[in-house]
Amino acid sequence: MVLSAPPRSSPARQRTKSAAPQPRRRIKSASRMDAFAPYMYIAPFFALFAVFGLFPTVFTFYVALFDWNPIGGQTFIGFENFVTLYGDERFWNAMRNTFSIWILSTVPQLLLALFLAQLLNNARLKFANLFRMTMLVPYITSVVATTIVFASLFGRDYGLINSFLNLFGIESIDFAANTFASHIMVSTMVLWRWFGYNTLIYLAALQAIPKDVYEAAAIDGAGGFKQFIFVTIPSLRPVIIFTVIVSTIGGLQIFTEPLLLSSPGLTGGAGRQFQTLSLFMYEQGFGDFKFGYGSAVGVTLFGLIVVFSVINYLLSRRITSDE
Amino acid sequence: MTTHSSSAAPVTRPAGRPFKRAFAGRVRWWTYAFLIASVFMSAFPLYWMFVVSTNDSAAVSQTPPTILPGGNFFALAEQVFTTVPFVQSLANSFIVAGSIAIAQMILSTLAGFAFAKLQFRGRDPLFIVVLITMMVPTQLAVIPLYMIMSNLDWIDSLQALIVPGMASAFGIFWMRQHLSTVLNNELMQAARIDGCSTWQIYWRIAFPLVRSAAFVLGLLAFVTAWNDFLWPLIVIQSPENYTVQLAIKALQRQYFVDYGLAMSGSFLATIPLLILFIFVGRKMVAGVMDGAFKG
Repeated sequence: MVLSAPPRSSPARQRTKSAAPQPRRRIKSASRMDAFAPYMYIAPFFALFAVFGLFPTVFTFYVALFDWNPIGGQTFIGFENFVTLYGDERFWNAMRNTFSIWILSTVPQLLLALFLAQLLNNARLKFANLFRMTMLVPYITSVVATTIVFASLFGRDYGLINSFLNLFGIESIDFAANTFASHIMVSTMVLWRWFGYNTLIYLAALQAIPKDVYEAAAIDGAGGFKQFIFVTIPSLRPVIIFTVIVSTIGGLQIFTEPLLLSSPGLTGGAGRQFQTLSLFMYEQGFGDFKFGYGSAVGVTLFGLIVVFSVINYLLSRRITSDE
Repeated sequence: MTTHSSSAAPVTRPAGRPFKRAFAGRVRWWTYAFLIASVFMSAFPLYWMFVVSTNDSAAVSQTPPTILPGGNFFALAEQVFTTVPFVQSLANSFIVAGSIAIAQMILSTLAGFAFAKLQFRGRDPLFIVVLITMMVPTQLAVIPLYMIMSNLDWIDSLQALIVPGMASAFGIFWMRQHLSTVLNNELMQAARIDGCSTWQIYWRIAFPLVRSAAFVLGLLAFVTAWNDFLWPLIVIQSPENYTVQLAIKALQRQYFVDYGLAMSGSFLATIPLLILFIFVGRKMVAGVMDGAFKG
């Protein structure tokens, strides 16, 4: 179904007809298989995406309208799941946590990446490849392994971070128990995994800025800092938008860290202090087997991601066009 | 890369102002200080993973804790292998990540080739559809995806992990970019005149030209699949079908306070990727940076 091409405009068709089409067609039809070849080459993607991407996404909206239990059957209840959800304090709690963790991880991460990329963007830098490679090591480490290591580092009793704080006379912090501290802990894990990746993305963009732009700015008397504000940042605009959108999509879906930290439970701590929306969705769907209610969370998250991507895009466009 | 032009710069630059500083200026000591700090930040958690998985729990939980590797590595590793079917998990992860990587390389180069170099009706609108699908966060549709797998009777099977991961919109986009710059139309026409079919052009000319870009795509797909957690957690049930990430989680659940076992498992699960990274890390760095150009 996806393969059926949209109707072609008639002028294009007439053109081929009037320009003596017969002989050319003959030659081409010698390999009729070739006419279908392009469709064969793209078909696997569209087939797989239709079944395992598009259909589940659309179906989420449908399931959300039901009281749907995998064993007990399903009853259509309209928008009741959404009404219940938006009155559910657990949902708003997960929403607050998600945004808190998202901002705490994204903002410092992208600033750090921008700073490091600026440092790396120097042809005379020694060991440049070593620096770039080690920064990508966290990216190949799984979120599961990352969470376990950081859970140990942030541990209440024997954690290295608390031991370090104790050296300065600061009392140990129970990171997992305190709401804000637990958000710092989760955000640190996200930051650690992704800062190097974003650094490399910014570095590539920095290298693409033509040198003569800087030369012109220098001739006009712009120093290093002014060059950074008036040349570097505007040139990086598309990449910054890209990284912010990707971080938003990722940040709203944070799941593994809070799940493992609250293991064996699914609540994100005894007081749900670090339960994210994705974990709440999982808890409802696969902990309590409320497929409909869980799907309503999924639909809401989906809407949030769309809205934030659009806002990010518009906002960054306005900010930079003002300059 | 810009060393040549920069060495000529002092001759032409206006008095006093090193205008090419952004590219090849003097590197200050604090640049190295910050970069070394970032290396430490990247590497230390992995080092800590190693420290904990080579010490007994007493050494790690004293105050102050040890920060040196101990001699307990094999004892802990053995415990990992006896507590969960770790070898089987490693094999499963290799099968899943490897299949996804190979499938993505083939399907993406094929579709990328069609979109970059072949003329067919609906090509441009279909490509826009591909781009739009890149933005769809499919992770949020896990509940219906689980239902589909249930209907296919694929719950608790490796194909439930492999098949949904085989197609990649990003991969198509990526390969299309590479193919449209690398493969020129003259070469295509010459091949056509010599009687090559479209498939032969793809297989004999296009694919060899973009082999290295496809390899980078495969690497990124492999790493992503190896590290995937949410979907395996939902769809896999029996320990013999665990991926390594699920195996680590199983270790964690049984011994929550004692990190040694889970850390040892994490370390053992990360080693294959670290070894891979030593050989292809440069390529991956180049790949990430290259992706940024086009993203």
